[in-house]
Amino acid sequence: MSTTRAAPTPPAHRSAPRRAGGSGADERRLNWRNRLYRFDMRYMPYLMIAPFFLLFAVFGLFPLLFNAVVSLRNYRLDDPTLPYWAGFANFTKLFGDEYFWNALYNTFGIFLLSSVPQLLLALVVASLLNRKLRAQTWWRVGVLLPYITPIVASTMVFSVFFSREFGMANWVLGLLGIGGPDDPIDWRADKLHSWIAIATMVNWKWIGYNALLYLAAMQSIPRDVYEAAAIDGAGPWKQLWRITVPMIQPVVVFTVILSTIGGLQLFTEPMLFDQNAQNATGGPNREWQTIAQLIYKVGWKDLNLGYAAAMSWALFLIILIVAGINFWATNRLSGGRR
Amino acid sequence: MTAVAPPRTPVAAARRRPGAMARAPQDSPAGVWTYVFLALTMLFAAFPLYWMFVIATSNDEALAKLPPAVIPGDRFMTNVNEVFSLQDVYFAASLVNSVIVSSVVTASVLFFCSLAGFAFAKLRFKGSNALMVFVVLTLTVPNQLGIVALYIVMGKLGWNGTLLAVIAPGLVTAFGVFYMRQFIVNTVPDELIESARVDGATTMRVYANIVLPAIRPALAVLGLLSFVATWNEFQWPLITLSGTDFPTSMVAISDLASGNYVIYRRVLAGAFLATIPLLVMLFIGGRQIVRGIMEGAVKS
Repeated sequence: MSTTRAAPTPPAHRSAPRRAGGSGADERRLNWRNRLYRFDMRYMPYLMIAPFFLLFAVFGLFPLLFNAVVSLRNYRLDDPTLPYWAGFANFTKLFGDEYFWNALYNTFGIFLLSSVPQLLLALVVASLLNRKLRAQTWWRVGVLLPYITPIVASTMVFSVFFSREFGMANWVLGLLGIGGPDDPIDWRADKLHSWIAIATMVNWKWIGYNALLYLAAMQSIPRDVYEAAAIDGAGPWKQLWRITVPMIQPVVVFTVILSTIGGLQLFTEPMLFDQNAQNATGGPNREWQTIAQLIYKVGWKDLNLGYAAAMSWALFLIILIVAGINFWATNRLSGGRR
Repeated sequence: MTAVAPPRTPVAAARRRPGAMARAPQDSPAGVWTYVFLALTMLFAAFPLYWMFVIATSNDEALAKLPPAVIPGDRFMTNVNEVFSLQDVYFAASLVNSVIVSSVVTASVLFFCSLAGFAFAKLRFKGSNALMVFVVLTLTVPNQLGIVALYIVMGKLGWNGTLLAVIAPGLVTAFGVFYMRQFIVNTVPDELIESARVDGATTMRVYANIVLPAIRPALAVLGLLSFVATWNEFQWPLITLSGTDFPTSMVAISDLASGNYVIYRRVLAGAFLATIPLLVMLFIGGRQIVRGIMEGAVKS
């Protein structure tokens, strides 16, 4: 930001009387330019940032705050006769709601099964990409294929992969001697298997993206650090864990936070993995219903917007807490000794 | 950042013969195994998409084939025509809707975010630092959390069920402002702006004649990223548009897959159709997308 802004046309004419002779038109023109200039310098910056702040205030910030009001209200789309305020009824209801705890459990289960392998594999892919490669750009663009693919589209494919009878997942596992055609795994029958199926979709989508984030950080590690390590006799694997990971620690923390925020709001995958997606129950017995999905069901299937708003607040708090814990933990773990 | 292995003196490094081990990974040529593993990664990344295409071009039998069908059929147009002629799904219209929504959002994000980014990067005004901190803070707020209230707001405005409801929340992004500011700070020289000012250029003229041409690469990156993100959005469009005659293509695909008897060659034909524009973008602008993601990583 520059502090040496010169004022090109000093406002010399400002104090001059308006009609001071024959050159009135000239005078007025100068005056007008002057005002324009002052306006431009003083107010234009605000006009330039105004669209962002206005739009963000109306469609971003206000809904977030208004959500708090809605959560304290009886806001049922199917029953407008209820008393206006509900107090904390929506929140007390939340604590006793077994569906909420179930959804929380599912969300955490899927989150663990997706974020941990996702980030570890991203590290591996990044270190593969972090070599002198032929057709370097081509490989980098290639790992982004899942990132640009609509989750809706890929979930449809994975939905078929994980079908019981003719699914490719069972076929591959059968080749490895697991399950097999006589005893196929029913991926939609219990929590663990449905979680694995959904986590696979999440991993597929985000490994390449995270790998590029890691790669960017890896390439900014000073080269002499590796030279020193080579003298100490560290092999490539040891280099990765002892040098690369601690050196890219800020980005590791960043990806952990990103995947926490994203993972705890998982919606599309669990939604469309269900063969009766419209119910939004996440399986016949809510085996894989996530909180985001439950919010959708409560709000737009059961038409209880007040309760859905309370749940959104709960999810917000949970994300905040978990992101905080993860921030602290990754700082500790990936930073080595400090 | 913690430098765990403190770099030894350059003398110590120089004493050793510069063998393969002394090089940083990015300077050592990849071995065969690196290529093998990368190829496997590519296979893993591309196969679901490829198989989507295979099923989209086949008849019903291909779906249940094991080992899986890997050769595309010749029924793509048949399947696509079936998808287009389905009542109650509005698939063709949904593609148009997605193009409209994504284009409007992208254009708006590029304009408003570069404008604000320029102001934050190069103009002096009271409160600019505090406001920029606010922008950075909002980066971390997941906007999905206000979705219930957003629905009520849209209801008051009478926009639910229309494309406006999907377009309006996407018109600006904090990330866009942040990204543009960083880019302008680093690439547009102050002197250039000064000299234009001396020549009497207004702020908007500086923006149009100096800033915009200089940030073309950043516009390409941000444009591609926001187009992809908007195109792929599902939850909010599902809430506000499902059951109407104006779905986006993502909502339309989920409509294709609902019901008791789902015909997957149709679902995947629709899914593939809606993926084609993004594949084209990755093919043309892949380099820019990669750059945008990697630059974002280093700066944040």
